[in-house]
Parts: sequence; structure tokens; C-alpha cells
Amino acid sequence: MEATAVATKPVVRLVGRESLIVRLIRTPSGLFGLLVLVGLLVLVAFAPWIAPYDPAQQDIVNRLQGPSTSHLLGTDHIGRDLLSRLIFGVRIELRVAVPATLGALGLGLLLGLAAGYLGGWIDNAVIVVMDAIQAFPAVILALTILALLGPSLRNVAIVLAVAFAPGYARVARALVFTVKQNPHIEAERSLGASNRRIVLAHILPNILPPLLTLVAMNLPSAIGAEAGLSFLGLGVQPPTPSWGVILSEGFEYVRDAPWPVLWTGLTLVVTTLGFTFLGEALRDLLDPRLAGKLD
Amino acid sequence: MAFLVALLLAVFLALIVHVVPGDPVTAILGERTTPELIRTVRDQMDLDKPVTTQVAGFVGHALRGDLGRDFISNEPVTSLIGNALPHTVVLAVSGLLLAIVIGVPLGVLAATRANGIVDRVTGIVSISLITMPAYVSGLYLLLLFSLTFKLFPAVGTGSFSDPLDYVRHLALPAVALSLGWIGYFARLVRASMLEVLNANYIRTAYAFGVRERVIFYKHALKNAIIPTVAVLGVGLGELMGGAVFVEAIFSRVGLGTLIVDSIELRNYTVLRGAVLTVALLFVLANLLADLSYRFLDPRIRVEEPAV
Repeated sequence: MEATAVATKPVVRLVGRESLIVRLIRTPSGLFGLLVLVGLLVLVAFAPWIAPYDPAQQDIVNRLQGPSTSHLLGTDHIGRDLLSRLIFGVRIELRVAVPATLGALGLGLLLGLAAGYLGGWIDNAVIVVMDAIQAFPAVILALTILALLGPSLRNVAIVLAVAFAPGYARVARALVFTVKQNPHIEAERSLGASNRRIVLAHILPNILPPLLTLVAMNLPSAIGAEAGLSFLGLGVQPPTPSWGVILSEGFEYVRDAPWPVLWTGLTLVVTTLGFTFLGEALRDLLDPRLAGKLD
Repeated sequence: MAFLVALLLAVFLALIVHVVPGDPVTAILGERTTPELIRTVRDQMDLDKPVTTQVAGFVGHALRGDLGRDFISNEPVTSLIGNALPHTVVLAVSGLLLAIVIGVPLGVLAATRANGIVDRVTGIVSISLITMPAYVSGLYLLLLFSLTFKLFPAVGTGSFSDPLDYVRHLALPAVALSLGWIGYFARLVRASMLEVLNANYIRTAYAFGVRERVIFYKHALKNAIIPTVAVLGVGLGELMGGAVFVEAIFSRVGLGTLIVDSIELRNYTVLRGAVLTVALLFVLANLLADLSYRFLDPRIRVEEPAV
């Protein structure tokens, strides 16, 4: 029965000349994305050893300085070392982005499976709710929910999960519709399998890979959204060194010193670009059918 | 469908005050409250009546164009929105126009030189622009053109009575908003152009000796532009979302600023009015894009609407 499984899975090898990593490195964008990812992971793991200063250590005499040998990227408005704050910021970004994306995946999967598998009025209800959520521009939706929950790191993650969920639900629902009609599902059902077994053992494994590509593409969006919300003062709160907080504090003093805004902006651009390149390269390698469809 | 969504939104927004932990009135009024003020607010928000009455009241009033009164400035919410809305619409529309005027030719250029150097460079530039958040481009433009070279004003909106000054204030914010969509349109048009250029009627045009420029811009683009039109509605909505950041950076008057300010002041009456307005505009823009899409591509009318 398994032989008729829908998605003819591309062979993914993890070692050797044709391994995924080697094939990624061969494309310039894949290489760049991989470098950014590895760089960020190293920063997350070894932040205290890599960062030259404690991110909270103030030095009011040397405030708002430009780059120098003692402070490579300069200092902020109370003399904290910008480089160290940006390095520790990676941890904050991941603490928001990872739960947000996984939460969106879980929520979207649940709704998409329910709508696609059960159909009928449940399907219609899910569609209407998704349409209503997506009737807001994502930023406005996030702002509104944050206004209710109050600004905090945890709430930003929740809000982003809700805002991203419809995207996953739609893709999951569409995939379930295709998979459901396959003969091996019908065969399984005629053998007396329960709904639970069909969904967990047959549908889920078939719809998960394309959704995981969506996760890779969503991570940079989550980081960008966190920074944006915190920039407005409605997300992560100071003194936590999230990139949005650094950007927001830098903006207040932008007339005196452009450095905090300049470096944080650059960090954000390189990070989102790296993840996007990586996501696109992965998608092209893993699932060529989707190429160009998820932009 | 659009109507149903709008109705659902209004109900959700009417319920907003009840989702907030604690008593909404004390949350709104904070420390500086008097029993008298509390009574006025409770009364105006119908908080002493059953929830269903409140929802019906808000939706009913909203349908008649009455969004309640702001307790802080004591002005009708509709007039606050009326003051802010035109600036945001002008900003979003000019951002969208810029994106079309620059992005579409860029896409055509890339498609006609597919896989050449120009194509690769525009490809990289497009992706970079797409991934760059509007607030980063806004901040960089501010740093470069307002603070370093003092070419454009850094703050303010200007007024419609002085169009030249208004445009000077509008320039940087509009560019900041449009950058991402320039990249997006460029990629979208490139992809659909490549598809269209393979069509038989294009080959026929070549065979007839039609000039290449005429083929690209007159015959091919006409069909290739359709997917772009389809995303215009979403584009306008997302641009209004991006406007929140750009308005904050350039201290512009607008719906975004109104929303952010009302969140900071916990001013839920203004907040829900403004959010409802944005959502309605978004639904409307999508509807218009959908209709014009059907008009541009008659083939769509015959097909069943995609579920």
C-alpha cells in the first residue's frame, strides 16, 4: 500500500557528494543562508563567550559613541556595548520566533486537518474564521491583539502564532484534500482503520514536508515582526536586548548617533535575507513542485 | 462573503473590551478617574447592558457611521479617523503607484533578458528589497536623506493646502513603503512574463515582424500583468499595515499613528474604530481587485470560484 503514497519523496541524503548540505553549499544563495544560520546558532550557543561586554553593563561617560577598538560597533544611549547587545539579542529573537512559528504550525495544522478531513460545516466555519483573521493586515491584527494582552515577549510569540496560523491552515487544508482522495487512504479505510489512524499515520506524514518549508520561510518574518512590534514599543520591553528594543531605543537618539539604528537594521536585513535564501534553496531542493509558489 | 467577514470583525471588535483582563473602564481611565467619569464611560459604552445589546449597539451604530466618542479629546471617533485617514490613504496609494511604476518595468526587463546578468542582478535586488522590513528602509532613508543630506523633512505631514510641501513630506515615507513591493512586483511580473512569452500568439507576433518592444510592452504585458492586479488588493492592505511603522518613523499624521497612540493610552473606543476602518478598507480593496481581475481576464468568469 505504501508504494502508492502520493508525494514521491525526493531522496534526501545527509552525507556524501550528493548530500543535502553539499547541494546547498553549491548554490551561492544556499551557501549564504547556511552561513547566516550557522553564524546565528554559534552566537546563540556561545553568546557569553563571544560578546566582549555584558549586554546590560552601562558606561554613561562613553555613551552614544561610534565604532572604536574598545567598542567595535559603538555604544548606545547609556553606554552599553552595541555588539554585545546585538549578540545576546539573537537569543531573544529565537525565543520569540521559534515558539511563534511552531505555534502557528500546530494551530494551522489542527485547523487545516479538521477542515480538510472532516469537511462540511466545520470546513466552512474554519474558512470564515481564517478569512476574518486575514481580513486584517497582519501588522494591524498583531497590534490589536497585543493591545489586549499587553506588551511582553510571550505575548508577541502568541500574537505572531495567531497571525501566521491561517497561512498554515490553508496549505494544510489544500494538501489534505489531495491526499484524502488517494487510493491508499480508501484501502486503509476499507480495512477498518479509525479516523485517528488515517490522519496520524497516513495524512500527516504526507502533508508535513511542504509545511516545514513554510516554517523555514516564516522564521525571518517572525523575527522581522518582533523587531517591528518592539520598535513601536508594543512588543518586547526594555531592558531585554531584543533587536526591536535596540532599534527603538536607538531611534530616540538617532539625531545624536546613527550607529544603533544603522547596525541593528543591517543585522535584521542580513538575518532575514539569509533565512529567505536558505528557505528558497531548501524548497527548490526538497520540493521542486513548489518552486515559485510560496513567494 | 466580504460582508460576512466585515460583520464578524465588527462583533469581535465590539467584544474587545471584554477580552481585556480587569475592568475595562479603570483600564481606560487609569488613575485619574472620578466616579462621575466612570459612570459616563460605562453609560456610553453600554457596559451595564447585556453583552448582546452591546454588540448589537456597536455594530448598529457602526453601520450608521457612528463609532462612538473619544473620552480623552471628547471628539467623535469618526472625525478623528476622518482627519487621519486621507493621509494614510495618500501614503499607501502613492507607495503602491511607485511600486507599480518601478517594479513592473523591472520585471519586464528581467524577463526579456532571462538568466542574463541584468536578470540576476534584479533578482538579487528584488529579494533583498522584499525581505527588508519597511521600518528598516524607512529608518535608513531618514538617516540618509533627512539627517545626513538634509534634502527632505524628517518629521511631519505637511498640509494639503501646500501641495509642494506635502509632496516633500510624502516622498521618503512613500519610497520606504514601496521598496518591498517594487521587488515583489518585479518578481511576479518576471514570472508571468516568462510564461506569456512562450505563448503561440507571441510567436505569431514575432513572425509578423512586430518590433520586440511592442511585443513586450503591448502584447505580452497585457496578459502578464493580470496576476499583479490580483495582488493589488492585498498589497494596498499590507501597505496600510506597513504605514504604521513609516508613520511612526516620520511622525506623520495617519491611521497608523492613531492606532499606536490609542493602544498606548488604552483608548479602546478609538482603537476599535480605527481598526475597523482599516479592516473595512482592506476588505474593500480586495473586493475591488477581485472585480477588476475578473474584468481583465474574462476567462475567470466561467470558472467556478476556487474554494
